[in-house]
Amino acid sequence: MFDTLARNFDQIFILLRDWLVSFLPAGMRPVAGIVLSVATIVALFPGLFALTTIFERKGLGRIQNRIGPNRVGPFGLLQPVADGIKSLTKEDIVPVSANAAIHFLAPLVLVVAVFMGFAVLPMGRNMVLVDMDCALLFYFAMGASTELAVFMAGWSSRNKYSLLGAMRAVAQMISYEVVLLLSSVAVVMITGSLSLTKIVAAQDQYTGIFPHWYIFTPWGLAGFVMYAIAATAETNRSPFDLPEGESELVAGYHTEYSGFKFALFFLGEYLAMFSISGLGSTLFLGGWSAPFSFLQWVPSWIWFFSKLMLSIFVFIWMRGTLPRLRQDQLMNFAWKFVLPFTIFNLMVTALWRFMGEGWLRWVVCSALLAAAYGIMARVSMRREHFEPRSYRYAE
Amino acid sequence: MLGEGILKGMAETARNFFGSFVSKERLTTVQYPEVRETLAENARVFPFLVYDEGMKDGERPEWQAGLRCTSCQICEKECPPKCIFIEKSKDKKPDAFGKMQFYPVRFDIDISVCMSCQICVEVCPFDSIKMDKQFELATDDRFGGLLYDVEALARSNSYYNDIHPTEAAAIDKQRAETKVMLAAKAKAASEAAAAKAAAAAAGEGA
Repeated sequence: MFDTLARNFDQIFILLRDWLVSFLPAGMRPVAGIVLSVATIVALFPGLFALTTIFERKGLGRIQNRIGPNRVGPFGLLQPVADGIKSLTKEDIVPVSANAAIHFLAPLVLVVAVFMGFAVLPMGRNMVLVDMDCALLFYFAMGASTELAVFMAGWSSRNKYSLLGAMRAVAQMISYEVVLLLSSVAVVMITGSLSLTKIVAAQDQYTGIFPHWYIFTPWGLAGFVMYAIAATAETNRSPFDLPEGESELVAGYHTEYSGFKFALFFLGEYLAMFSISGLGSTLFLGGWSAPFSFLQWVPSWIWFFSKLMLSIFVFIWMRGTLPRLRQDQLMNFAWKFVLPFTIFNLMVTALWRFMGEGWLRWVVCSALLAAAYGIMARVSMRREHFEPRSYRYAE
Repeated sequence: MLGEGILKGMAETARNFFGSFVSKERLTTVQYPEVRETLAENARVFPFLVYDEGMKDGERPEWQAGLRCTSCQICEKECPPKCIFIEKSKDKKPDAFGKMQFYPVRFDIDISVCMSCQICVEVCPFDSIKMDKQFELATDDRFGGLLYDVEALARSNSYYNDIHPTEAAAIDKQRAETKVMLAAKAKAASEAAAAKAAAAAAGEGA
C-alpha cells in the first residue's frame, strides 16, 4: 500500500502528463506529451531562477551581516516580481552603431542554447525529456554554443567594454570547457556509457545503506572538485566573474543591453548554473538517487532538485566569500593546475577500473591523487617573486 | 596547501550566514524608518539659531525677542562655502542681559551648500548658532525648500538643552554667571553714581 503510494508519487509528473494527454486523439498524444514536458521545463526553471535571485540576495546579505531585500511582500519574497516588472517596462536601448540583428539575437541564442541542455538531464526516475545514448555529448555541444552567444553580444554591441568582456569570456570558457569535459570523461570511463540515465542507474545502487555515488570514490571526489571549479568558471560566477567584472568592465559583454534583453542574459546565466549543477549532480552525486537506501521512498525528483539547490547554495556561498581573480591567475590556474590534475585523474580512473574490486585500489588511487595534488599545487601554483623593478634610463 | 585559504574563508562566511540568524552581532542592520538608534550626543547636521524663552519685547514674537544673534556677521564671513546670508537691522532690541543689540532681519542658511563644518559655531561670540541633529530634511523643492530663513532656523534654548544636554548646560551656567556679574557691576555702578550724586548734592548744599 505504502509502496504503491510512494511509487505513484515518485512518478506523479509522468502520470499527470499521461492523464492530460489521454484526452487527446491517439495520433496527437506523442507530440502533445513532448510539448507538455517542454512547457513544464520552460516554466519551471525561470520560476526557480526568480526564487534563486531573491535567496541569493538574502543569502549574500546574511554573509555580509545585513538583512537583504525585505520590503516587497512578506520578507521581501515578492522582490523578483518587482524586478521582473521593472525590467519589462524599462526602455530597450540599442546603440546606433550596433549590429542590430546580432545584437537582438544574442540573448535569444544564449537562452535557447542553455534550455537545450535541460532536454537530456534526468530530473527523476523516468523523468527525462530525450533519453539519448550520447546525452553527455549533446549537453556539452549545447553548452559550448553559449560561448557563441556571448561573443555575438560582445561583438555586435560595438563597445570596448563589451568586446573586452566577450573576449575574456570566450578565453575563460574555452579554457575551462576542456577541464569540464575531461573531468566528466572519468565518469564515462567507469560507466562505459554517455547516456545520463545509465550513469544515474549505475550510481543508484547501495552497499548497506550507502549509495554508490561516484563522489565517494577517490577519482570521483577529485573529478567532482575539478568539475565544480570548471563549472563555476563556465557559468562566469564569482570568483571567475572576470567577463562581467563591474569594477573593470562596467558589465562585460552585456554592457549595452537594457530592459528585457538584459533580463534574458541574467536568466541565461542562472539557467546555465542550474543545468551545470544538474549535470554535476547527475555525474557525481547520483542524480535522482537517494543518499541512503532507507530514504528511497522519497520521490526521486525531490532528491534531484535538493542536490541542485544545494549546489546553487554553494555557488552563492563562494560568491560571498571569494574575491575576483586576475586574468593571468585565471589562465595559470586553468592550464597549469586544473588541466594537468584532471588528466592525471583520468589515468587514476583507468587504474581504478583495471585494479578490480578490493581495498588496494582505494589506497593506491587515494595516495596517488593526494600526492599529485600536493606536488602539482606546490610546483605549478608556486608564487613568483620579482625583484624591485629598476629603470635603466630613469636613474 | 592549495585551497586551505579558500576553506578558511568559506568557514568564516558560513559563520556569518548562520550566525546572523542567532546573534545580534552578526546582523548589525537597523531597519531605519521603523527602528531608530539614538544619535550620539555630539552628532551634528546643520546649524540653527538659539533663542531664549520668555523674553518680551513689544510686538515681537517670542523667537525674535529672545534671539541671541546680534548679527555681528562673523559667521557669515568665516563660513567656508559662504552659505550664510545676514542682513542687519536698523534698530536695536534688548538681549538677554538687557543690553541693546542689533538683530538679524534676514538670516538665511542654504543647507544645500552648507558642509556642516561647525566653524560658524566655533566663532560665534554670543553662543547663538549651534548644530542641529535633525537629519530628515528631504524636500521636493530643491531651491526654496533647502534655503532656511531666520524663522525656520530659530529653535528654543530648551530644544538645545534636549539635543546637546552637556554642552547646553555649560553654556547656560556661563551665561547665568555673566548675568550675575553684569547685575553686580550695574549695581556697583549705580551705587557709585548715587554716591557721586549724593556727594555732589552735599557739596552743592555746602
